[in-house]
Amino acid sequence: MRAKYGLRIVALGYLAVLLAAPVGFIFYRTFEHGIGAAWDSITTPEAQHAFWLTIELVAIAVPLNTIFGVVMALSLVRSKWRGRGLVNSLIDLPFAISPVVVGLALILVYGRKGWFGQWLIDNGIQVIFSFPGMVLATIFVSLPFVVREVMPVLREVGTDQEQAAATLGATGWQAFWRITLPAIRWGVAYGVVLTTARALGEFGAVSVVSGHIRGQTETLTLHVEDRFQSFDLTGAYTASVVLALLALITLLSMNLMKRRGDFA
Amino acid sequence: MPPFLGGAALGRGVAMTYLSVIVLLPLAAVAVKSFDGGLGDFWDVVTGPQAIAAFKLTLIVSVIVVAINAVTGTLIAWVLVRDDFRGKGAVNAIIDLPFALPTIVAGLTLLALYGPKHPIGIDVSYTRVAVGLALLFVTLPFVVRAVQPVLMSLDREMEEAAASLGATSLQTFRRVILPNLMPALLSGVALAFARAIGEFGSIVLISGNIPFKTEVASVFISGRIEGDDLSGASAVSVVLLVLTLLVLAVLSFVSRRRSRHES
Repeated sequence: MRAKYGLRIVALGYLAVLLAAPVGFIFYRTFEHGIGAAWDSITTPEAQHAFWLTIELVAIAVPLNTIFGVVMALSLVRSKWRGRGLVNSLIDLPFAISPVVVGLALILVYGRKGWFGQWLIDNGIQVIFSFPGMVLATIFVSLPFVVREVMPVLREVGTDQEQAAATLGATGWQAFWRITLPAIRWGVAYGVVLTTARALGEFGAVSVVSGHIRGQTETLTLHVEDRFQSFDLTGAYTASVVLALLALITLLSMNLMKRRGDFA
Repeated sequence: MPPFLGGAALGRGVAMTYLSVIVLLPLAAVAVKSFDGGLGDFWDVVTGPQAIAAFKLTLIVSVIVVAINAVTGTLIAWVLVRDDFRGKGAVNAIIDLPFALPTIVAGLTLLALYGPKHPIGIDVSYTRVAVGLALLFVTLPFVVRAVQPVLMSLDREMEEAAASLGATSLQTFRRVILPNLMPALLSGVALAFARAIGEFGSIVLISGNIPFKTEVASVFISGRIEGDDLSGASAVSVVLLVLTLLVLAVLSFVSRRRSRHES
């Protein structure tokens, strides 16, 4: 009995010191000088721009990765082809690679001296240190989530209903929209939430390819670093709290979905 | 052919192109660039004193961090599965917070409480301890989430049998429970390690990035990029990448063998 309480206290104590106390404290520091000061620092033009830029990146990366994720998961689970195992493990690469390396890789392809560099310059397209590069970085780091969430669900639902639909004369598209997609919708939704969280919060990869141009290529996470380095702690803390609140919303929706979808 | 796969070949083609353009092509560029100046230059870069110091720090701290994770992660999973107390649901939910929280925010958060303006008199900023602290924060969920489901599905009868044969609870844990948890524990540890050696965002503010002291491999790479030494950055990246893939491959092999052994 005593051992049980001991374990509980150690586990909760560890979580409190490492997780709860720091995160709680940053909320306190943000509103230390009143809500007014926090509000002022998050409504500066730079902060506003950073916020909307982040939303734009998410709005592009998440739909693309969702479509890719569903198609790839169907392809990996529902059909057999050579190289399937290899592709299956390649999809996890973005999880295993340092964000800084992702940024570097994009510079080597699209940068001034990169593989497509001369062609891009000739055609007046700037990818690195500008928006397209940040989009590519965001897509890269958040690519695997939907595939990984949808694959187990697809395996579990099986093909019986799809086959029944085909027997009854449904076309491939009809079977997909009416049978497969509804069956995997919670898996897709869960993957979308994870993709969104990662896209919102990416720092390293975007940092390398953005060029840190204030009010132009600064996302919310880059804005946090910029404010911190400019000794504007309230600004840094407030932007952090906005991101932390978005993370908490992510957690809440994950938990709701786990219950609704009855998986994982 | 299963019913709705009429357009499957087309879909697969588009998906493969997307994967290739977004992920594979840029990574190939890193590999090619790293050997820009031949094997000799590659070797000189990755064995330079500053690179070696960065690799050493990254590896040593990562090993310590995943070792701590293996213990605390299993402990937390245990408390979440076998213990019961008010607010357990909330504790279970915040375990995933490090996955959801942007890394730069994680770093700033730790710096606010354990940095120079510390309210409690602990200042670890710009030390190696800070690097470890940041890595512990971001890798917390891996082991917990790997071990938890296995612990849930574990058959309690084995433990009761062990207890009725006179085993102490520590013996039961070591001889009965731990072997069952091992494959999951190892895969959690492998993922945490892979994450730790590439981590950047949470470390960059709190570590101070002092060469030879608190500069980890990813920060070293970022310095090379800023200094426009792209082939140097690529060489170090390739070493980091090979290391990650090696660890993941070895541990997945070990855990697959173990689980086959048991079934």
